[in-house]
Order: sequence, then structure tokens, then C-alpha cells
Amino acid sequence: MLMRRITLFSEGIYFQAGFGLGLILLLSLPVSRTWLESSLIMHMLVQIPLLALAGWMLGTGLFKNRLLSWNERGIPGLLIALFALLFWMIPRWLDAALSEPLWEVIKFITVPMLIGVPLGISWLRMSGFARAVVWTNGISMLVVLGWLYVAAPVRVCNNYLVNQQEEFGYVAMLLALFIAICWIGLLFFGSWKQPHNHCD
Amino acid sequence: MRNTITIIALLIAGIGVLWAGTDGLQVITAEGARRLVIQEKPKPLPVVLLRDQRGEAFLLQDFQGSHLLVEFIYTRCVTLCSSLGETFEKVSQQIPEEARGSKVNLVSISFDPRDDMADLQAYGERYDAIPNHWRVARVENSQELKQLLDTFGITVIPDRWGNFEHNAAVHFVNRQGYLDKIVDHDPPSITMEALWKRL
Repeated sequence: MLMRRITLFSEGIYFQAGFGLGLILLLSLPVSRTWLESSLIMHMLVQIPLLALAGWMLGTGLFKNRLLSWNERGIPGLLIALFALLFWMIPRWLDAALSEPLWEVIKFITVPMLIGVPLGISWLRMSGFARAVVWTNGISMLVVLGWLYVAAPVRVCNNYLVNQQEEFGYVAMLLALFIAICWIGLLFFGSWKQPHNHCD
Repeated sequence: MRNTITIIALLIAGIGVLWAGTDGLQVITAEGARRLVIQEKPKPLPVVLLRDQRGEAFLLQDFQGSHLLVEFIYTRCVTLCSSLGETFEKVSQQIPEEARGSKVNLVSISFDPRDDMADLQAYGERYDAIPNHWRVARVENSQELKQLLDTFGITVIPDRWGNFEHNAAVHFVNRQGYLDKIVDHDPPSITMEALWKRL
């Protein structure tokens, strides 16, 4: 019985890691790259989040209970993810990923490994307060970012048209609104039990 | 304790990466990076055969010994390129008579393969370009055009309506024939100030 449970467990984590890896491979196919990089919205709100999700699956699958002593309360992991995310939001490097193959490769490695993996292994170890800070800051950042893209006539990416910037701005603000509404819904109707924390 | 050290180390590393990624908070866009690179390390120009509104063939290297201002346009453009044209028109009027053609030359280069000599001529006339010191030109060979756009760092994307989206600026080529400064084309006073400093 015990052996069976261990096998199932390991199958579970390998399945998750395999899913993550498979997703990265799927996203790196020329067809999906061309499609997802054709517009700013797809690039920033679909491709990069999916790459991060793949890293998350990979991370929770493979490293969940490792590096524990280095990742107290998940804060170091969160910091790594945050800085990597900020880096990929600099228009210059998004442009570089489109015009230089080397930077595209770096993007495909660092977004899963430095955003998805650390966030995946840190999220459940973070306190509810820390998670709430991430959510609320994320929402306000999306609003400000979206508003900037709509309001600023300056073209920030040489590889995308200006009207795409504007569209991205509206979609980012809508997304923020959607997340905020979900949050309010959760506040009124959700259960506020802390998820069981295995790691502490 | 270990956690504090880890967090501090990560903060330093993260800020360091962002600092390096923006050249010390100076550039956040590829356009800004392009300008900084050129300013720090001027670039020689490729040898590319151009033909102007009079049908005369020339090279950018022909202008060595004079200051050269270059813009990239397409004649069907009604937005960015008309403000590029107006800037060159104002600059061209401000250049002292005796410096025109000898000390300063202007070149507007079209990247649109549809532009023929009549289009270039019409564009030139719209902004009172005098061919002796302001040439409106096209690149005959598409391979050479690509090489030229790559050197200058111009990204051109066709849109759905037969227009192009492109980065616009005024490019300064020094007397030795090196591209060494890129400035905003609007307002024209930026270009003029940069030019007066050189004369």
C-alpha cells in the first residue's frame, strides 16, 4: 500500500514536470512562436504567462520540497521571480527577443526558470498576507501599465505597431478589472481558510 | 540570519540586473539603445548605390568632408514622414547659403520599393527640397536597402493598409563618414541645435 502511494506520488510530480516541459516545447515550435509573437497582446499576455506557467509546473513537480532552507516563507523565490518579470517588461529586451535569436533563447529559458519555477515553489510557502500583497500590487501595476500604453503616444517597441500598444493597454486594464472583480467575489463569497501548508 | 543575507543578496543582484538592462536607467526602449550605442561607438556606413529625385546616382560616402543628415521616409506616408519632411525643410532654410551642399547635406531615403523617381520628385517639391543640398533618394537594390536599414537600425513593418510603421529620427553622419548621433526629429529645434554644435 505504501509503495503504491509512493509510486502514485512520483507519477504525479513527474506528470506535472512533464506537462511543464511539454508546454515549453510546444511554445517553442516555430508555428506557435510566429502566432504568439505576432501581436504585443499575445506576446505579453499569452506567451510569457504560459512560459511562466510551464516553469511553475516544472518547479512544483521537481523542486517542491528542495531548497527549503534557502527559501524561507517563499520570499527569496518571490524576489527572483519579481526581478525576472521586471526585466522582461523592459520594452528593449522584448524587442531584442524578436530581432535576435540569442535573446529569444534566453527568454525561453529565463521566463520558465526564473519566473515560473521560483514562483511555483514559493507561492504555497508565502503567507496569506504576502500573497495578497502580490495580487493587489499586480492589479494596480497592470492598470498603470495599461493606462501608460493607452496614454503615451511614444512607440516603445520597434517590432510592433503603435495601435497594438494601445490595444494592449486596454486589454491590460480589462484584465486588471477582471482580477479585481474575482477578488471582490472571493472576499464576499469565498472561504477564507488558509490552504494547508505542507512546507512549514 | 541566512534568510536576511539571501534576501539582501537577491535585492542587490536584481537591482544590478535591471540597472545593466537599462544602461543605468538611461534606456528602456530599443530605440533608446540604438541611439546610445551609436553615440558611444560611431558606425561606418555600407557602400550602397542611391538614386536621387533627378535620377542621379550617388553614394553616402560621396559626402565625406561635409556633415550629412539622413532621414528614412516613404512618400505615401502622411503622418510621421510629413513631420520628418517639415523638419528637413526648416533645417534646410536655416543653413547659411554658403554652407549648403559644401558643409551640410541632407538626404531623405525612401524604404518603400513602390517609390519611383516621380514620387521622390513630388516629395522633394512638397518640402521645397533643392537637390543640390537636399536629395530625396531610393536604394536600387533590395539587398543593399536591407543592409542600409540594418546599419542605421531602422525597423520597417508594413501594416494592413499599404502603409509602414517605422522608427523616425534624424541621423547625423560626421565628416569622416561615420554615423555618430541620432536625435528626435520633432521639434526641429533639436536637430538644429545638434547641427550648430558641429558647424
